[in-house]
Amino acid sequence: MSELYHPAILETKQALGETTLIADPAQIVDLCRHLKVSENFVRLSSITAVDWHPAEPRFEVVYHLHSIEPIRRVRLKCRVSGINPEIDSVFSVWRAADWYEREIFDMFGIGFRNHPNLVRILMPLDWEGHPLRKDYPVHGYKYGYAKE
Amino acid sequence: MKQSFEDHVATIAATQETPAGPAAPRRMTLNMGPQHPSTHGVLRIVIELEGETIMKAEPDIGFLHTGIEKQCEAINWAQVVTLTDRVDYLSNLANNLVYALTVEKLLQLEIPPKAQWLRVMLVELDRLNSHLVWLGTHALDIGAMSMFFYCFREREDVLRLKEMFSGQRMMTSYIRPGGVALEPPRGWEKAMGKFIRQFPSKVDEYENLLDSNPIWKIRTQGVGFISIEDMLDLGVTGPMLRAAGIPLDVRKTEPYSSYEKFDFEVPTRTENDVYARYRVRLEEMRQSARIIVQAMEGMPEGPYQAADPHVVLPDREKMKTQMEALIYHFKIVTEGFRVPAGEAYQAVESPRGEIAYYIVSDGTAKPYRVHMRTPSFANLMALPPLLEGTLIADSIASLGSMDFVLGDTDR
Repeated sequence: MSELYHPAILETKQALGETTLIADPAQIVDLCRHLKVSENFVRLSSITAVDWHPAEPRFEVVYHLHSIEPIRRVRLKCRVSGINPEIDSVFSVWRAADWYEREIFDMFGIGFRNHPNLVRILMPLDWEGHPLRKDYPVHGYKYGYAKE
Repeated sequence: MKQSFEDHVATIAATQETPAGPAAPRRMTLNMGPQHPSTHGVLRIVIELEGETIMKAEPDIGFLHTGIEKQCEAINWAQVVTLTDRVDYLSNLANNLVYALTVEKLLQLEIPPKAQWLRVMLVELDRLNSHLVWLGTHALDIGAMSMFFYCFREREDVLRLKEMFSGQRMMTSYIRPGGVALEPPRGWEKAMGKFIRQFPSKVDEYENLLDSNPIWKIRTQGVGFISIEDMLDLGVTGPMLRAAGIPLDVRKTEPYSSYEKFDFEVPTRTENDVYARYRVRLEEMRQSARIIVQAMEGMPEGPYQAADPHVVLPDREKMKTQMEALIYHFKIVTEGFRVPAGEAYQAVESPRGEIAYYIVSDGTAKPYRVHMRTPSFANLMALPPLLEGTLIADSIASLGSMDFVLGDTDR
C-alpha cells in the first residue's frame, strides 16, 4: 500500500494489518476531500467516536474510509477536546456522513460545524444527556437505578 | 444547535397547503408509520406529496433503539456474543461472526479450519434465511400472497437446522471468539444434505411463480431507481449496489474465514431497479447453496475451537479431571478473558450489505467501545433519493427492495 501524504496527517500507524492516520481536526475536511479525490476513497464506511474520559483531549472521532479500486481501507482519527467538543462536518465530502454525525452528536454530544440538520437521531428529541459518554450510567438517570 | 421537541414536531407536522388558486399544485404531508405493515419494523417516514408524486421523504428512525453499544461496555467479551444476536433478527450468525472475527483479530488468534468451514456454512444458511423472509414479505407487500407461504416453508427448514446446531432457532450465539460453540450434532450431514440438495429446485419454483406473473413484473421493473453515484456517496452496500452493476462483496474483495477457498460468483445486474434487486437476491440464494454444498463436502477434520486455554472454555471432561483445566474454566467464567489493548475494524458481508464492527479494547475483560456499522443504517440513508420523484403507489415496492431491518438500523 502506497504511503498516504497530506499536511493534515500528523502520524501514521500500522497495527493488526490496519492503517490508522492521526489527523489534525482543523483540516479534516481538506484531508477527507484529498483522500476521496486523489486517493480514490469513494466510500465512507462509518464514522464513530470513542470517549476517553477523564483523559484530555477527551474524544476521538474515528472515520473508516473504503476504496473500491484498489481495495483498501484506512482509519482516520481526530482528537477532540472534552470542553465544548466540536469538529467540522464532512457532509460536503460524503453525504453518508449525515446520519453518522447525527448519531455521534446524539450519543456523545460532539457538535459538527456546517452539518445541515444536526438533531438527535436515535434518542428522543427531548432526551437529556449523551448515553455513550463514559460518565453516563448504563441504566440511565431515570427511575433511580444509578443511585447505588 | 439544540432543537426542541415541539419545534421539530411543528416543522414536520405542518401541512403546507398553498392558498393559491385552484389550479396551483397543493402539497400534502403524509405520515407513514411508525406502525406501517410494509416497513417490517418501526420506521416512520414523513412524505410530502404533490398529487400522487412524492416530493420529499424524510425517514425518522430510533424507535427500536435499545442501547446495545452501551450495554456492550458493561459486560465481558464472551457475554457480548448474545447481544450481537439481537442486532439483526434475520442474520444473527453474520453478527456473531463479525464480532468473533474482530475479537480474534485483537487476540491474534488462529482459528482451526473446521471451525472456519462451519462458520461459512452456517452464515450462508443464514443468508438463505434472510433472503427467504425478504422474498416472502416483499412479494406479500406487492400482492403476491402465496410466495409468503412457499418461502416460509423453506425458512422453517433453515430454522430447524439452526436449532439442530445450536439449540436455538434464532438467537443462536453459535459463533463465538475462538471457534464455534459446540461440536456439530450427530446426523447433521444427512439433515443438511437433504435440505440443500432440494433447495435449488425451490428457488426455481419461486422464480417460476413470480416471473410468470405479469403483475409482479409491471410493479417491479423500472421502479425504484437510484443512481450509482448517490449509492456510493451514501454508503449503500449489498444487493442494492450489486443490482446496479458494482460487484462489491466483502467475501470476494477482502475474504475472511477462508472464503477465498470457496468457489462462488457474485451476481450482479445492471437495471438498478426493484426487479434487478430481486434477481440478485434470488441468484445469491443459489450461490449460497453452492457454498454450503462445498463446505459440507470439504469439511475438514480436527478441533472446532482454537487451542487457546485463556480464551476458549476447556472440554467438560478435562475440566472434571484436570486441575489446570478447572482453573481456566473458573477464570474464564468468573472474570472473563482479557483482550490486549488495541483497536480493530472487521467487515463481513451480511445478507443486507457490509456489516463492520469497530472494537476498542483497553486490555481488560470488558470491551471499551463496540461500534456496529450496520448495513441497514447506511442503506436507509438512501431512502430519500429512492422515493423522491416517484409515485406513492411504488413506494412500497421501493422500500421492500431495500431489505432493511429496523433493529439493525437502531441497534
